[in-house]
Amino acid sequence: MLQPFLRLLPLILAALLVAGCGKKAATDDSGAKILHVGNGTEVQDLDPQVVTGVPENKVINAIFEGLVIEGPNGTDTAPGVAERWETSSDGLVWTFHLRADARWSNGDPLTAHDFVRSYQRILTPSLAAEYAYKLHHVVGAEAYNKGELTDFSQVGFKATDDRTLQITLKHRAPFLLEAMKHYSWFPIHIPTVEKFDGLTRKGSRWTRAENMVGNGAFVLRDWRPNQKIVVTRSPTYWDRANVKLDQIHFYPIESMDTEERMFRTGQLHKTNELPISKIDAYKRDYPENYRQDLYYGSYFYRLNVTRPPLNDVRVRRALALSIDREQLVAQVTRGGQQPAYHFTPPSADYTPTARITMDVAEARRLLAEAGFPEGRGFPKIELLYNTSENHRVIAEAIQQMWRRNLGVDIGLRNEEWKVYLDSQDELNYHICRAGWIADYTDPNTFKDMWVTGGGNNDTGWSSAEYDRLVRASMETNNDEERFAIYQQMEKLLMEELPVIPIYFYTRVYAISPKVLNWVQNPLDNRSWKYIDLAD
Amino acid sequence: MAATLSPAQLPSADLSPSDLEAGSSLWRDAWHRLAKNKLAVFGGVTLLVLALVCIVGPWLSPYGYEEQNLNNTFAPPGAAHWLGTDQLGRDLLVRLMVGGRISIMVGLIATSVALTIGVIYGAVAGFFGGKTDSVMMRIVDIMYALPFTIFVILLMVFFGRHIWLLFFAIGAVEWLTMARIVRGQIMSIKKMEFIEAARSLGLGKRRIIFRHMIPNILGPIIVYTTLTIPAIMLLEAFLSFLGLGVQPPMSSWGTLIKDGAEKMEEYPWLLLFPGTIFSLTLFSLNFLGDGLRDALDVRAAKD
Amino acid sequence: MFRFIARRLLETIPVLLVIITATFFMIRFVPGGPFTAEKAVTPEILRNLEAHYGLDQPLHRQYFNYLGDLLRGDLGPSFKYANRTVNEIIFDKLPVSLELGAWSLLVALCLGLPLGTIAAIRRNSFLDYLCSGFGMVGICIPTFVMGPLLALLFGIHLQWVNVSGWYGPADRILPALTLGFVYAAYVARLTRGGMLEVLNQDYIRTARSKGASELRVIFKHALRGGLLPVVSFLGPAIAGILTGSFVIETIFQIPGLGREFVQSAFNRDYTLVLGTVILYATLIIFLNLVVDVVQVWLNPKLKFE
Repeated sequence: MLQPFLRLLPLILAALLVAGCGKKAATDDSGAKILHVGNGTEVQDLDPQVVTGVPENKVINAIFEGLVIEGPNGTDTAPGVAERWETSSDGLVWTFHLRADARWSNGDPLTAHDFVRSYQRILTPSLAAEYAYKLHHVVGAEAYNKGELTDFSQVGFKATDDRTLQITLKHRAPFLLEAMKHYSWFPIHIPTVEKFDGLTRKGSRWTRAENMVGNGAFVLRDWRPNQKIVVTRSPTYWDRANVKLDQIHFYPIESMDTEERMFRTGQLHKTNELPISKIDAYKRDYPENYRQDLYYGSYFYRLNVTRPPLNDVRVRRALALSIDREQLVAQVTRGGQQPAYHFTPPSADYTPTARITMDVAEARRLLAEAGFPEGRGFPKIELLYNTSENHRVIAEAIQQMWRRNLGVDIGLRNEEWKVYLDSQDELNYHICRAGWIADYTDPNTFKDMWVTGGGNNDTGWSSAEYDRLVRASMETNNDEERFAIYQQMEKLLMEELPVIPIYFYTRVYAISPKVLNWVQNPLDNRSWKYIDLAD
Repeated sequence: MAATLSPAQLPSADLSPSDLEAGSSLWRDAWHRLAKNKLAVFGGVTLLVLALVCIVGPWLSPYGYEEQNLNNTFAPPGAAHWLGTDQLGRDLLVRLMVGGRISIMVGLIATSVALTIGVIYGAVAGFFGGKTDSVMMRIVDIMYALPFTIFVILLMVFFGRHIWLLFFAIGAVEWLTMARIVRGQIMSIKKMEFIEAARSLGLGKRRIIFRHMIPNILGPIIVYTTLTIPAIMLLEAFLSFLGLGVQPPMSSWGTLIKDGAEKMEEYPWLLLFPGTIFSLTLFSLNFLGDGLRDALDVRAAKD
Repeated sequence: MFRFIARRLLETIPVLLVIITATFFMIRFVPGGPFTAEKAVTPEILRNLEAHYGLDQPLHRQYFNYLGDLLRGDLGPSFKYANRTVNEIIFDKLPVSLELGAWSLLVALCLGLPLGTIAAIRRNSFLDYLCSGFGMVGICIPTFVMGPLLALLFGIHLQWVNVSGWYGPADRILPALTLGFVYAAYVARLTRGGMLEVLNQDYIRTARSKGASELRVIFKHALRGGLLPVVSFLGPAIAGILTGSFVIETIFQIPGLGREFVQSAFNRDYTLVLGTVILYATLIIFLNLVVDVVQVWLNPKLKFE
C-alpha cells in the first residue's frame, strides 16, 4: 500500500525548495500606501479604558493619542496632544499645555476638560476599569476609584482652562511621562460615549467602526472580528501633513505559522512574531526580513518560599546557580534573548550590578549544606508552566540542567493558562514559570511588585528591608538616589532569590524592507504616523 | 476470502439453541480464515513488530528519551541518530519508541473502555427500545453537548492528574458515537428472522443480545473501532495540552506529530518519521480490522 | 411519525435544561475566572468587575437570571469581547462556520460515499485497496498537518490560492478540503463496512436472484442498509462540522465559530461558553432526531417507537 506520507514527501521537499521564492509585498491597485500587519489575537474591544492587552494597544495607538507620544527614534518622548509641559520643583504638580489645533475625528476641538472627564470615567468604580490603577499616582485617584471619595473635584485633575491640564500627584513619579504613553491615559470622546450609554458601562456600542470618534492619526473604518481591523488616515488630526500611510490593516492571527506563511506570500508586511523553528532559516536566508528587538521584560521562575525545600535560601541559590543561561538562549530560545543574571532588565539609565552567575561547584556545595548532597533525599517537587511549546522546551532544558548539575529530579507540570494563573496566585506550586513585561520604561515597574503581599508577588516572599526600600524609593527626590536604592533592592532580591531570572525578552518578527522608519522601542510601542512604505 | 464453512457454523432459524451457540468452533474457524488473509496477517505482524520494537527498543538504544544534547539540536538523520534529533538534541528514534509505548497503551486501554461502554450501552438501548431507549439516548445527547475542555479541567481539579483519569476522560467522549452506531444496527436486525427465532426459543435477553445480536453487527463495530484508535491517539495530545496524562519530557506519537507539524518545513524528519509510523500503524490496524471482520462474517460464507 | 417527532421535540426541553444547568455550574467550579489575568487586578477592581457583570450575586440567583434572559432570547454580554453580546458573536460567526461546514460535508460525502461503495463492491481487489487507502489519508494525516501541507503546496509553492483568509470563493478550497478529508475517511470506511454487511443479506441475494441489475441492487437495496452506520455517525459529525473547527479556523484565519467553542472555555467567558454549548446541543439533538427518522426510512422494518 502506498504510504500517504511518502507520497507527499516530494511535495514537502518541493515546497521546501521554493520556500521564500514568492517574496513579493502586498500589492494594491489604487497606489495608496496600505500597511498590512499581523496583530496577534483578536482585540477585546477598542475602548482604551476597558481593554488590557497588547494587540489592543497597537490599534488604539493608531486611533487615539495621549498627551505625549513615543518619539520617532523609539527612545524619547515627543509632544502629542500637549505641545509642552512643566513640572513643579517638588515634582508633584505637572502642567500640560494642549495644542490649539487638537481635534476629534468628528471635528470637535479637543480640550483639557475632555481629559478630566475621561479620567473621571476610567476611575468610576462602576465602570470597573482593570487598568484604572495606572492613574493611582494622582492625588485622590485611588480613593475615588475605590468609591471612598465621591467628589471628583478633589481628585488631582484640573482643567484650569480649555488648553491647560494640571495634574497633582500624591508622590513623586519621575516616570510619569513614560506611564502616560499607556492608553489608560488617553482621552476619549465623552459625548459619543454618553450617546451610547457607555459612561459607566462596558460593552456599549461607541467603539463600533460606525460610531467611533478618536483623536489619533488614523480613524477606525472597519472592524471585522477575527478577520481584520482597517484604519485610514484622519482628516482632522493636528499633524496630518506628516502622516505617511493611507491605511493600516491589522490582522488577528493566532497561529505564528499561518502568519509566517502570509508574510512569505506577501499578504503581510510585518508579522507579530516568528516561530522559533523559522529563526535559523530567516537569519541565514533572509536577514533583511528578520528582526530581533530588545523587549523590556524579564523571563523568570518564581520559587514558592513557603514550601520546603525552597524555604531554604541555599536550595534556591543552588537552583539559580546551576542554570546555563547562555546555552539556553543560544540553543533553545534562539531569538537573541539576553541571559538574565539579575531580575530587572538593563535600561539606558539603570543596570543592576547584583549578579547571579552560573557556578556549579558552589551550587553543589550549597545543596549539600542544605542536607541534599549530590541531590540525595531531595523531595519530589514540580516545575509548573502554562501550556506552550516555548515554555515547555525551556522547562525541559532547565530540568535537565538541574538533574545533571545537582542530581535533583524535578518534575514538570503544565496547566492551561487560567488554571496556571490560579495555581500561581494560590501559591499552589513549587517552582513556577513567569514573565513580566514593563508597564512603562522605568525600572520601578520591576521593583514594587515584590513588596510584602503585593498582588503580583505570588512567591510568599516577604522582606521588611525590601518594603522599606520601596517606600524610600518613592520618597526620594532625584533619580540618582532612586536608582541607588534600586541597586540595593536588586541586591537583596538576588541574595534571597524568591525568583530565578532566566533571560530578558526580545521580540522576534519578520518585516519587509519596504516598511520604513520602523524603529526599536523597548515596549514595542510606537506612533504609527512615522511609519512609511517604500514604493 | 474463499473460506469454506460447514453448515453447522451458520446460525439460522432451524438450528437448536445449543447449535446456535457453538461458539468455540466458530472462533476457531474465524481464526483459520484470518490466518489465510495475507493483508490481515501483514497488518497483525506489523502491529506486533511495532509494539515489540517500542517495548524493547528503548533498552537497546544508546540514548535516553529525555537525554538532551544542546550542542546537537535539530540534527538531521545520520549515523549517530538514525532519525535525527529534536529541538533539544534528543534522539528522535528513542522518543518515537517510548512515545509508541504510551500511544499504543492509550490506544488500547481507552479504546477498550469506549468500546465496552459504547457497545453495551448501544445494544441495550437498541434492544429494549421505547422509553429505555429514549432516556438512554437523551443521556447520550447530553454527554455530547457538555463542553469537553471544562469537563477535563474539572476532572483534574477533583481527581488529580493520574494516567487512569486520561483513559476515563477519553472513554467518556469516545463511546458516544459507538453507542449510537450500535444502537442503529441492533434496531435494524432486531426484527430479523434469526432473532425472532431465538426469542421464540425462549432465550434470555442477555443471551440474545450478547450471543446473537452483537456477533451479527461486529462488522461496523470493528470498523468504527479502527477509526476510534487514531482519534484517541490524537486526543491524547490535546489532553496533554490541558495538563492531563503524558507530561514532558515523556513523549507520545500525538505530541511528536504535533511538534513535528510546527517544524515541518525546516526540520521535516520531525514530522516524517512519527507520521509514517503513525500511518503504518493505522493501515495495519485497518487491514487487521478488515480481515477480522471478514473472518467473523458468518454470512459471507454463503457465497 | 409526526407524533414521534412531536414527542422528541418535547423531550428536547428537559435535555437542554440539564445541559444548561450542568454547564452553568461546571464552569463556575473551574479554577480561574473571566478576570484572572497575569497582572493581577486589585481586590477592589475585581469586586467592581464582579458587580458590573452581576457575578457578586448568589450563584442560584445568577442561574435563574440567566434562565430568565435566555427565555427572552438574550444570551448575555461576552466577558472577553466587551462590546459584543453572545447573540452577536454567534450570529456573526455561525454563517461562516455553516458555509465552511457545508463545503466540507460536500467533500466528505462526494469522496467518502463513492470510495466506500466501490471498495465494498470490489472487495479485496486492487481497486478496494486503492479506494480504502485513499480514504485512509484523512485519518493518517491529522488536520493540523494536512492544513499547513496544503497551504504550503497550493499557497506558497504553486501560488494558486492564498495561504489563508476568508474573502473570495477561492479561500474556501483549502479549508474545505482539509476538513472534508477527515470526514471523507470516516464516511468511506463506514460505508464500506456497512455495505459489506448488507451485500450478503438474504434480501440482496433475493434481489440478485430475481435478476435485478447490479446497479439497481446497489442503489435501491444495498446502499439503504449499508448507509446505516454512516448515518448514525453523521448525526453528531454534522453538528461538529457545522459549528466549526478550531484547528482549521486557526490555520486558515477564518472568522468562524469553532474558535469560540475552544477559546471561550479558555477565557472563562461564562456566557459565551453557555451560548455555544446551547447552540451545539440544539444541533446535536436535532440531528440525532433526523438520524432516527432517516434510519426508519432506510429500514422499513423499523417503526417509530
